[in-house]
Amino acid sequence: MKGLGIVDRPGAIFLVLVAAAAILVPIANLVVPAGSPFHISNYLVPLLGKYLCYALLAVSVDLVWGYCGVLSLGHGAFFALGGYAMGMYLMRQIGARGVYGNPVLPDFMVFLNYKELPWFWYGFDWFPFAMIMALVVPGILAFAFGWFAFRSRVTGVYLSIITQAMTFALMLAFFRNDMGFGGNNGLTDFKDILGFSISADGTRVALFVLSAIALAAGYLLCRALVTSKYGKVLVAVRDAESRTRFLGYRVANYKLLAWTVSAMLAGAAGALYVPQVGIINPGEFAPANSIEIVIWVAVGGRGTLVGAALGALIVNAGKTWFTGVLPEAWLFALGALFVLVTLFLPRGVLGLWGSLSAKRHKPAPSAVASAKPAE
Amino acid sequence: MTISLMRLALSALLALILLGAGPGFVTEGRSQSAADIAPAVAKFAADSYSDTEAGLAALALSPNPQAAVIVEAVGDGRLVFDPETKSVYVKTKAGALTDAATGAAVTGAPADLKTVRLNNRVRRAVEAAAGALALVSPDPQKRLEAAGAVFKSRDLAALPALQAAIAKERDPAIKDALAQAQAAIVLTKADAPEADRIAATKLIVDRGDQEALALLAGVPADASPALRTAADAGIAKINRSLAFWNVAQNVWYGLSLGSVLLLAAIGLAITFGVMGVINMAHGEMVMLGAYTTFVVQELIRTKAPYLFDWSLAIALPLAFLFTGVVGIAIERTVIRFLYGRPLETLLATWGISLMLQQATRTIFGPTNKEVGAPSWMSGAFQLGQLSITYNRLCIIIFALGVFFALLVVLKRTSLGLYVRAVTQNRRMAGAMGIRTGRIDALTFGLGSGIAGIAGVALSQIDNVSPNLGQGYIIDSFMVVVFGGVGNLWGTLVAAFSLGIANKLLEPFAGAVLAKIALLVFIILFIQKRPRGLFALKGRAVES
Amino acid sequence: MEASQALTPILAQSLLYLDNVSVVFDGFRALNALSLTIEEAEMRAIIGPNGAGKTTMMDVITGKTRPTKGEALFAGVHDLTRLDEAAIAELGIGRKFQTPTVFDMHTVEDNLLLAVKADRRPFSNIYWRRTAHERERIDALLERIRLKDHRGRKASELSHGQKQWLEIGMLLAQEPRLLLVDEPAAGMTDQETADTAELLREIAKTRAVVVVEHDMQFVRDLDVKVTVLHEGSVLAEGPLDQVSADERVIEVYLGR
Repeated sequence: MKGLGIVDRPGAIFLVLVAAAAILVPIANLVVPAGSPFHISNYLVPLLGKYLCYALLAVSVDLVWGYCGVLSLGHGAFFALGGYAMGMYLMRQIGARGVYGNPVLPDFMVFLNYKELPWFWYGFDWFPFAMIMALVVPGILAFAFGWFAFRSRVTGVYLSIITQAMTFALMLAFFRNDMGFGGNNGLTDFKDILGFSISADGTRVALFVLSAIALAAGYLLCRALVTSKYGKVLVAVRDAESRTRFLGYRVANYKLLAWTVSAMLAGAAGALYVPQVGIINPGEFAPANSIEIVIWVAVGGRGTLVGAALGALIVNAGKTWFTGVLPEAWLFALGALFVLVTLFLPRGVLGLWGSLSAKRHKPAPSAVASAKPAE
Repeated sequence: MTISLMRLALSALLALILLGAGPGFVTEGRSQSAADIAPAVAKFAADSYSDTEAGLAALALSPNPQAAVIVEAVGDGRLVFDPETKSVYVKTKAGALTDAATGAAVTGAPADLKTVRLNNRVRRAVEAAAGALALVSPDPQKRLEAAGAVFKSRDLAALPALQAAIAKERDPAIKDALAQAQAAIVLTKADAPEADRIAATKLIVDRGDQEALALLAGVPADASPALRTAADAGIAKINRSLAFWNVAQNVWYGLSLGSVLLLAAIGLAITFGVMGVINMAHGEMVMLGAYTTFVVQELIRTKAPYLFDWSLAIALPLAFLFTGVVGIAIERTVIRFLYGRPLETLLATWGISLMLQQATRTIFGPTNKEVGAPSWMSGAFQLGQLSITYNRLCIIIFALGVFFALLVVLKRTSLGLYVRAVTQNRRMAGAMGIRTGRIDALTFGLGSGIAGIAGVALSQIDNVSPNLGQGYIIDSFMVVVFGGVGNLWGTLVAAFSLGIANKLLEPFAGAVLAKIALLVFIILFIQKRPRGLFALKGRAVES
Repeated sequence: MEASQALTPILAQSLLYLDNVSVVFDGFRALNALSLTIEEAEMRAIIGPNGAGKTTMMDVITGKTRPTKGEALFAGVHDLTRLDEAAIAELGIGRKFQTPTVFDMHTVEDNLLLAVKADRRPFSNIYWRRTAHERERIDALLERIRLKDHRGRKASELSHGQKQWLEIGMLLAQEPRLLLVDEPAAGMTDQETADTAELLREIAKTRAVVVVEHDMQFVRDLDVKVTVLHEGSVLAEGPLDQVSADERVIEVYLGR
C-alpha cells in the first residue's frame, strides 16, 4: 500500500491491461486477417480510442472529485477546449483542399465572409503550438475560474452549479458564428494530421496507441499526486476542510493546483478525441455531457482513479451497445444507472469488487477511499 | 376560479383602454341615392384623362358607399363604359357587370365596352380619392389607417377631404389622428400662416413617434426662426419620450422574461431553497405540467370543444396533482435515502430527469406538441407606445399569483409551519411529534406541483417537447442561488432583476451575449456573496 | 484604534491581546467591545452561557471572522485581523473544534504527519520525503496521546475520546505558542475528563492554552484563572472561587 512506489495492485493490473490493449489492438487490426474472429475492424479502432480518451477524462474528474471533493459539472468544457485546439490545427492542415479552396481561411470563414484569419487562429497551423494550447487554454480557464471560486470559498453544490453555468455560457458562446470557431457546425472535414491522412488505418492505430499512452501517463501523474503528501492534504481538505485550514494549509492553493492539472488532462483527452471522431462542435460543451462524465466516475468508484477509467469504459460500451440494439432504452438505462449507483453502489464497481474480495480474503486492502460524501 | 377572475380583470382593462372609442361614426351612405353621384359617374364615360380625374375628385367627397367601389375599380382597370350609351359599369373581381352608380347587377350589356384608361396622374388621383374615401369609411379601423396614410403622404390634395372628415368624426382617437394628419400637411405647406404651422408642430409632437420625428426634422433650415425653434423643441421632446418608451419596452420584455424565470424557479425555491434538495429533475416537472395541459386540451378538442377556453383552468389543478404525486414518488423512492448528501442527490435526480424525458419521448414522440391559447389570452393592447400582449400579461399576473399563494401557504398554514420547523431543526421537529418523513414528501410534492403549474403557463409561450425542462433548469438554479437560497422574496427579486437586466442588455449585446454576460455576472457574484442576494443569517447556515 | 494602542503599550506585549473587539452579524452583536489578554505559557478557562460569544472570539483569533472593530495582536506584533487562517496557524496558534475533527480517511499516523510543523506549500509537499525528525516527532506524540498502538488505524475507527486526544495531538504537532481548545471534555467519561485536564495542564507548562468549557468540574480540575463571557464581553475574571461568588455571574450563568 505504501513505500512500494506509487502504483497499487488495481493500478498495476490496470496499467498491464492498457499496455496489452496498446499492443494487441494494433496487431488485431493490422496483422490479423479480416476473416479471423480475433480481427478488430477499422470501425472499432477509433471507437476504442474514443473510450480511452473518455477514460482519461474520467480520471481527470476523479482527481478533483474523488480526492478533493470538488464535484465539477463543467469538465466537458475543458475537454472541448482541448478538442477545439486540436480541431483548429486540423482545420489549418486542410489548406487549399477545402470546398472553397482558400489556402488560409477554413471553409466556414469563407462562407461567413471573413477577410482574414482572426488573430486567435495564428500559430495553430504549427502542431507543437496547437498541442501546447490544448493544455494551456483549459489550464488557464481552470486557473482563473478556480482562483476566484476557491479563494472565495465557494464549495459543494454552489461550486457544482457555477461550473455548470461556466460550461453552459461557453456553449452559448461557441454556438455564435462570430466567435470564429465555426458556430453551430463546429470544426470538421479534417484531412490529415502531421502529414498522415486522418482516415488511414495506420493513423487511426497510431492515435489509439497514443491515447493508451496518454491514459497511462495521466493515471501515473494523478497517482503520483495523490500518493504524495500533497495528496494526503487533498484528501484532508475533502474530509475536513476547515481543520486543514487551521493546521496552516492554504486550502485554496491545494484545490487550485489539482483543479488546474485536472483541466489540462481533460484538455489532452479532448485533443486526442477530436482526430478520432473527426469533429468538434459546441455540443461538447453541453452541461449534460459534463454530468455524464461524473456518472462514469461514480459507476467505476470514486476516489480510485482506476475505477474512473473503468467506469468510463463500462458506461460507454453500454451506450454503444444500447444505441445499436435498443436506442429508445439508452436514456432509461443511463438514468437508472445514475439512480442505482448513488443509492446502492456508493463506492462503485471497484468498491463492490473490493468488498467482495475482502470477504473472501483477509482484511480489506483498502487503498480505495470510502464513499463518504464531500459535504 | 383564478382564470375567470383573470378574465374579468382583462376585460375590465380592455374596457378601460377602449373607453373613448364608442360607436362614434354614424353612416349616412345607405340613405344616399344613386343620383347624387350620377354626374360624377358620367365623367368617366368622356374617355379623357382630365374628366376621369374630375370624376374621381368628385367621388372623393361623396358619402355614397358606391363611390369607393368605383374608385377601386378605376385603379384596377375594372371600370368600363359603353361609348354608345355613355353608361358606366363596374366589373366585379369575379367578372360580373354592375351598374356603376347603383351597384345593381346588369345583364345584357353590349359586348364592346371600353375600359377607363389610366395614366400616372389618374393613378395618383385614384390613390387620393381612395384615401379621402377611407377617411369617412364606416369602419373605424379603416378611418384610422387612412388618417395614418395621409400623415405619411402629407398630400396637399387630401386637405379638403381631411377637413370634412374632421368635422364629421366623433371618435376622439380617430379625430386626433385626423388632426395630426392635417397638422402634417400644414407643417409642410410652405405658404401656410406661421401661427398655423407652429400650432401644427404641437399636434405632431403629441404624436411622439419616429414618423413625427422625421416630419419635424424635415422643417427646412430657412423656415422662420419661431417655427424652427418650435420644431427643434419638439424634436428634443420626442427624443426624450422615445428614449423613455424604448426603455419601457425593454423593461416590459424584462418583466415578461422575469415572470417566466420566476415561474420556473419558484418550485425550485421550495425543493432547493427550503429543503436543500438539489433537484435536477425540476425542469422535467415543468415539462410534465406542460404535457398535462396538452393532454387536457386534446381531450377537450375531441370530447367537449366548448370547454376550450377553460382548458388552462382545468389543466392547472390536474397538473399540480399529477406532478405533485410524481414528486412525492421521487422523494419517497430516491431522495429520502440521500438527505445530507447533496452531490449524490444531484446525480440521482439527474438520472430521474433523463428517464422522465425518455418516457415522455416514448409516449408522445420527440416532436413539439401544439398547445393552443384560449381566446381570451390572444391579442394585444396599446399602452402609450407599448404593445402589450395578453398572454404575456397573463403570465406575469399568474407568476405573481403563484408566488403570493405559495408565500401564504408557507407563512399561514400548518403545513408551512411544519415545513419551516423541519427544515430548521429536523431532530427537534421530530421530537415534537411532527412526522418529518411525511413533511419532506409533502414539501417536495408541493415544490414539484408548483413546477407543474408553471408548466401549464409556460406551455403558452414555449415549445412543448420532451426537452422543455432542460431549457429551464440552469436558469432556475441561477435565479434561486442569486436570490439567496431559502428566501422566497430573494427568488422574486432575482427573477425580475435578471429578466430585466437581460432585456436591457440585449439591444447592446445581442440576445446570446446578454445571456452569457449574466451567467458570468452570476458566477462572479457567487464568489462575492456565496449565499446570494438575501442570505439566511446566523451560524446554522454554515456547514 | 490608534488611541487605544497608545494607551496600553505594555499589555500589547502579551502573547494574545484583544482590545475592544466587536463583531456584528446583521445587527446582532456577537462580540461587544471584548478585551482580553493572555500571557506566554498561561492557561485560561473561558466560561459563559450559550451565545456569550466564546466561539466567535475563537473565530476572530484564528482569522475565520473579521471583527467589525477592535484590535487583535499576537505576540505584540502580528495583527490577527489582517491575516488568514493559514497564516495565523503558522504563527503558532492552534485550534481544537467543539466536535472532534480529524481526518477520518487517514491513519492516526498520517493525521499527525499532516499536522507536524513543516513546509505547508503545495509544490513542496508533492516532492516531500519523510524525514527521521518527523518520524521521531510522531512517535513522541503518539506516546503522549496514548495512541501508540493505533498508529496504523483509520481515524474513523477511533472512539470519541481517542479522537479528542488525536486532535489535541495534532495541535501539539503544530508546535503552537497558543492553543485554543473548545470543550475538550464534551462527551468524555469521568476518567477521560480527568486525564484530559491532566494533559492540558502539562501542555500549559510550555505554551499558552485557552480552554472553553461548560463542565464546571473540569474547570475546577484545571485550577486556573477564569474569564466569564456574557453577551459578547467580559463579565468577570479571576480564580474560579472568586468568579463563582460574583452576583452577576450567578445571575446570568450559574443560576440560583
